[in-house]
Amino acid sequence: MKKIKNNKTRLSILIMVGPTALWLILFLLIPMIYVVYISFCTRGTFGGVENVLTLDSYRKIFSSLYMSVTLKSLVMAFETCAICLVIAYPFAWFLSKLPKNVSSFLQLLIMLPFWVNGLLRLNGWSNILRDSGLLNTVLINLGIISSPLKIMYTDGAVLLGMVYCFFPFMVLPLQTSISKLDQSLIEASMDLGATKRRTFMRVVLPQTLPGIFAGTIQVFIPSLGAFFVADVMGGGSSVYLGNIIQEQFLKARNWPLGAAFSVLLIIFTLVVLKFYSKVGSLDDLA
Amino acid sequence: MDKNALRKNKRPKKIKAYQIVFIALVYLFLYMPIFSVILYSFNVNSDNLTFKGFTLSWYSSVLKGDPLWSNMWLSIELALVAMVISVVIGTLATIGMYRYDFKLKKYINGLLYIPLVIPELVIGLASLSTFSKMGMDMGFATLVFAHVTFCVPFVIITLRARIADFDRSVEEAAMDLGANGWRTLWRVTLPMLAPGIFAGALMSITLSIDDVIISYFVSGAGQITFPVKVYGMIRGKVTTDVYVISTIVIVSIVVLFLAYMLVKKIWNKHHQN
Repeated sequence: MKKIKNNKTRLSILIMVGPTALWLILFLLIPMIYVVYISFCTRGTFGGVENVLTLDSYRKIFSSLYMSVTLKSLVMAFETCAICLVIAYPFAWFLSKLPKNVSSFLQLLIMLPFWVNGLLRLNGWSNILRDSGLLNTVLINLGIISSPLKIMYTDGAVLLGMVYCFFPFMVLPLQTSISKLDQSLIEASMDLGATKRRTFMRVVLPQTLPGIFAGTIQVFIPSLGAFFVADVMGGGSSVYLGNIIQEQFLKARNWPLGAAFSVLLIIFTLVVLKFYSKVGSLDDLA
Repeated sequence: MDKNALRKNKRPKKIKAYQIVFIALVYLFLYMPIFSVILYSFNVNSDNLTFKGFTLSWYSSVLKGDPLWSNMWLSIELALVAMVISVVIGTLATIGMYRYDFKLKKYINGLLYIPLVIPELVIGLASLSTFSKMGMDMGFATLVFAHVTFCVPFVIITLRARIADFDRSVEEAAMDLGANGWRTLWRVTLPMLAPGIFAGALMSITLSIDDVIISYFVSGAGQITFPVKVYGMIRGKVTTDVYVISTIVIVSIVVLFLAYMLVKKIWNKHHQN
């Protein structure tokens, strides 16, 4: 790296890095700071905010009703991560056994669904799973069941939707980690008489931990805020943190309360990242 | 590279039948809703709660003209504009941060991680409240501002992964041979980075065209992207033209994808000779 030597270098840095820096300060940093500020303001009579500072919104967050929703959302996010991990780990492992050209093609196939709008794919699920949907129609016509299975508009359906939406984010970092595995260590472990299980626990798992952590974070964080999954898959009773924030902001027009919930979400995220930064690199999250 | 090759040769690759079944089931899970979207685009029943039978009539009416096309074009236009801005400023920033060391670098780095780690919902409402505080009306401009903001970090990080194994000596050679900084950038650095820039651009378009959450907050009455429009329908009745247009998009993407694979194959063959 060159040290700053002269004005010409300074000018180059300004021209090259300046636009991005300015953009991110204007449209990211200032808005984030503003949200924190709003969370301490008073709700305006016609929506919006009044510049009277108060802790009211934070007091409301800690009411038992809202706390139970927060807890429910955290549990849902953990469940989503756990299910994604349990499916994605063997999936990525088996994929790595395929010939290179096949596995890179299959990897593209993981990303391809993203080109169909996520909402519509969830709606595709609801066309399959609802009472009059494809699955129930087929099962009833085959005589396997007599009345439709109640799948849609339950918390289980929301969980399915979450797993569906964020599964690829778990797979990709795992694949990277598994492809970097040092095979000679596995062979050494087996040669020295370790069982498959022991080799996995002592050699493979520790080496793929960065992928597990990166994947878990990439599933956990967005699943906390994804209000549309509960909108599509859940019934009226499926309310999560994301739905509350969205409703407070756009329907109830209580910006300070919505902002305070956002601050809560930011704090959760920072706590998770604090743990993560001890074991992995932030660049792996892209 | 050699070490990897050796390792790969030694590695016994045997995949068992149940493992192939497992992989197939996961893909079935990923693609089932897409098949359902395609199936419903042929639905006779217009309420789309049940599937009643096949018809092509929706396709002919959509191809004759449909209000949803304007939302689709807006999404595409937005994705392209956001991509161009993100790629230009992102590429410059990546090279700048790679070449030079400066005091504010670590703060800019910190900013880059915000969109990666903070839920989109928070960024969406932060943008909405700030834009309205600044007195802006929600519309195409606010959509571009917000989309570039979450695309740029992905462009930079994708590119940074490529630039890390980049041969500095070629750049230095160009400088030694008398090319100035900008000429080196244009003739040497950028061509070498082209694959990374392409990957970043693709990433940017993918993120932008699929975005619901942030767009939902910053789009205005006359400027509604396709995903936001779909979100408006999703709790009630989804009209069949949504399925039809999405199916057309899916088919075009698969065709483009196959064309890309073909071109790549030909290109590789050409370059080997």
